[in-house]
Amino acid sequence: MSRISKDDRRLQLQKEAEGNHLYANRIRVYPKTVHGVVRRTKWVILIVCLTLYYLAPWLRWNRGPGRPSQAILLDISHERFYFFNLELWPQDIWLLAGLLIMGAVFLFLVTSLFGRLWCGYTCPQTVWTDLFMWIEQWVEGDRNERMQRDAAPLNADTIWKKVLKHSIWLIIAWWTGGAWIMYYVDAPTVTLQFWTGQASNQVYFFTWLFTLTTYLLGGWAREQVCTYMCPWPRFQAAMLDDQSFTVTYQGWRGEPRMRGKRTETGPSGGDCIDCGACVTACPTGIDIRDGIQLECINCGLCIDACNHVMERTKQDKWLITWDTLARQAAKKSGVHEAIKIIRPRTIVYLTVLLVAMSGLTFALVTRSTLGLSVLRDRAPVFVPLGDGSLRNGYTIKIANKTSSVAAFDLSVDGLPGALLTVAEGDPKPVPVLQLPSASDEVDTFRVLVTARPKALADGSQPVDFVLRDSVTGKQTIYHSTFMGPQNYGANR
Amino acid sequence: MPTKVEKDSISGQDTTGHEWDGIKELDTPCPKWWLYTWYACIAYAIGMFVVYPSIPYGKGYFHGVTGYSQRKMVDADVGKLVAQRKGSMDKIAALSFEQIKADPNLLEVAMTSGRITFAENCQPCHGPGGGGNPGYPALAAGAWIWGGTLDDIQQTVTHGIRSADPDARQSAMPRFGADGTLKPAEIQAVADYVWATFYGHATTGKDVSAGAKIFAENCAACHGDAGLGNRDMGAPKLSSQVHLYGDAHDTIVNQVTLPRQGVMPNWGARLDPATIKAVTLYVHALGGGE
Repeated sequence: MSRISKDDRRLQLQKEAEGNHLYANRIRVYPKTVHGVVRRTKWVILIVCLTLYYLAPWLRWNRGPGRPSQAILLDISHERFYFFNLELWPQDIWLLAGLLIMGAVFLFLVTSLFGRLWCGYTCPQTVWTDLFMWIEQWVEGDRNERMQRDAAPLNADTIWKKVLKHSIWLIIAWWTGGAWIMYYVDAPTVTLQFWTGQASNQVYFFTWLFTLTTYLLGGWAREQVCTYMCPWPRFQAAMLDDQSFTVTYQGWRGEPRMRGKRTETGPSGGDCIDCGACVTACPTGIDIRDGIQLECINCGLCIDACNHVMERTKQDKWLITWDTLARQAAKKSGVHEAIKIIRPRTIVYLTVLLVAMSGLTFALVTRSTLGLSVLRDRAPVFVPLGDGSLRNGYTIKIANKTSSVAAFDLSVDGLPGALLTVAEGDPKPVPVLQLPSASDEVDTFRVLVTARPKALADGSQPVDFVLRDSVTGKQTIYHSTFMGPQNYGANR
Repeated sequence: MPTKVEKDSISGQDTTGHEWDGIKELDTPCPKWWLYTWYACIAYAIGMFVVYPSIPYGKGYFHGVTGYSQRKMVDADVGKLVAQRKGSMDKIAALSFEQIKADPNLLEVAMTSGRITFAENCQPCHGPGGGGNPGYPALAAGAWIWGGTLDDIQQTVTHGIRSADPDARQSAMPRFGADGTLKPAEIQAVADYVWATFYGHATTGKDVSAGAKIFAENCAACHGDAGLGNRDMGAPKLSSQVHLYGDAHDTIVNQVTLPRQGVMPNWGARLDPATIKAVTLYVHALGGGE
């Protein structure tokens, strides 16, 4: 099975239906190597993406003694995320939500403008499949050679080439899996530990797991991932409209397709010579001349393939090109239509993107390095004391996100005469508590607040906990409540 | 039963032969790899059946070839935990309270152990966080009957109050009403006096001098002239806003007529000394510690 047009597919299904099979045989795709501007662009993007992926963990960044020196590190065991100068705590996880929203909306915007660029150029599935296919054709030869080899009985040459191909695939996959681990633990350390057998079981397990998934997804599953596993092709159509640029076969120019040699005076057929170059070049094995399809990842390799043929047959290039449905319809009737980039949906996507971006930037810049949270005791809600005053218990958490030890003053606003004690500390109540805080840590104190309020509205009143850095004077406020019996004031 | 398998003209596919109000269903095959994945899952499930406990036989069950048992794992984990904590708990047993408080790591172990021990053993009566209940002292309020220092608390927890322990704290409020020492009218009078003088309630135009006289003769010996109580005897402080059996006038009458004699168990019989020290530290830190 070489070319897979809709007819071929139908034929195959028919054949299988007659045999009443439970399953459909996979149609193997043997993409032909192409050369051209699209292919070159894809190589450049592939090299940039993979270089970033493999080398980024090795970037060093000085954060002072006793702290990780890796520029990008997701330190799960110590619950910190380092990105150059930035250090994020688990409490900052909402920034990730903002980043994901931004990424998604950016993807929507690009898709509505230029189709599935993500799928065709930067999706890891595409990038690694591309790399694996390049190795395949380097070892086993191009499409025809590979097809002949697979059809022929096994021989020594075939076995040797297959072994070589799979070995290279596995080495790349292993490197990929190993590089993934390096984002979570220090790269030079884990490399040394890996080879001396001292790395943790998790490191070995995840390295082999990602080796396996890379090998299977890039080497074996390929277009099956895009067609059957990935949800994106199923709903990306919602972002497209007739003004979106996609890889398009210009049917008005190509049809009726005619096989054979072109002559100046020959029968007036379309430009398409039905050579099938676009189909054989397709990594997902479809025929672009059938129009926009779920399986099309918009990589544009068929453009290179067709341009080559058009050049050889001395016709205008770009029979397959990037264009919109609206412009194609206009061209068919001989009208020129302007490119329409500004459309309601692109405006909406762009607005949401800008809002998310500025919100995220603002949040990141104004992020506080001092965190205070106050949890009121649930039981007992309050404790009446022998002298008639009331006591409430609170758990105070001070997050010191700086790398220096700090001292803080804690007091309560809105409750005149309130006295504070630390439950396990000095029992003498004071109006202002002095609390130490270790660097880069969360410290927890149980603080008891005793007061004799004049009256409690409905048994509770709002109070503010004020935490002041005793050196810098910077302060943080946390709103809480102080509770007592409902008729507290009236009773006395 | 499929009755009419037809060829669909558009896809070239067979239908399943089922028909619902003219709607037919295509018999489209699944991808081969999907089918094999499904078979692999079935094989895996059979493997799980053999490896892990699976088939019940009435009284027993098939243990699986690995003999996997979560109960055994829990027992092993608990054993490991006890062994791991042994060093700290031994230290807590050996050191004084001041020494424990001086060591932050040890104090954290003690407070954690104390918190869990309190929740399991003390909380049902004394309430979460030691908030107290009628008849069960509010530990967080610091209205101590027998004293609120670490040593006092340790003593009370170990030996209990009116418990079976020979060293238990013992006190007995006389049964003034039930034994006929005081007449009901006298009890009402002394209750009025306590209610007004010590509990801090206004008594409009009521003469409590009769009650004062009865109090001086019968109660002051233990509770003191000013109602401050006596910890050596376990006589509660009356001049306070926190009372063991509640603030109502009736509770005073009841307690003078036929007093309730609450019992605190002697936990020394159930908990080891290190755990008692831990729970003592926890109770002391609830807010009432002295």
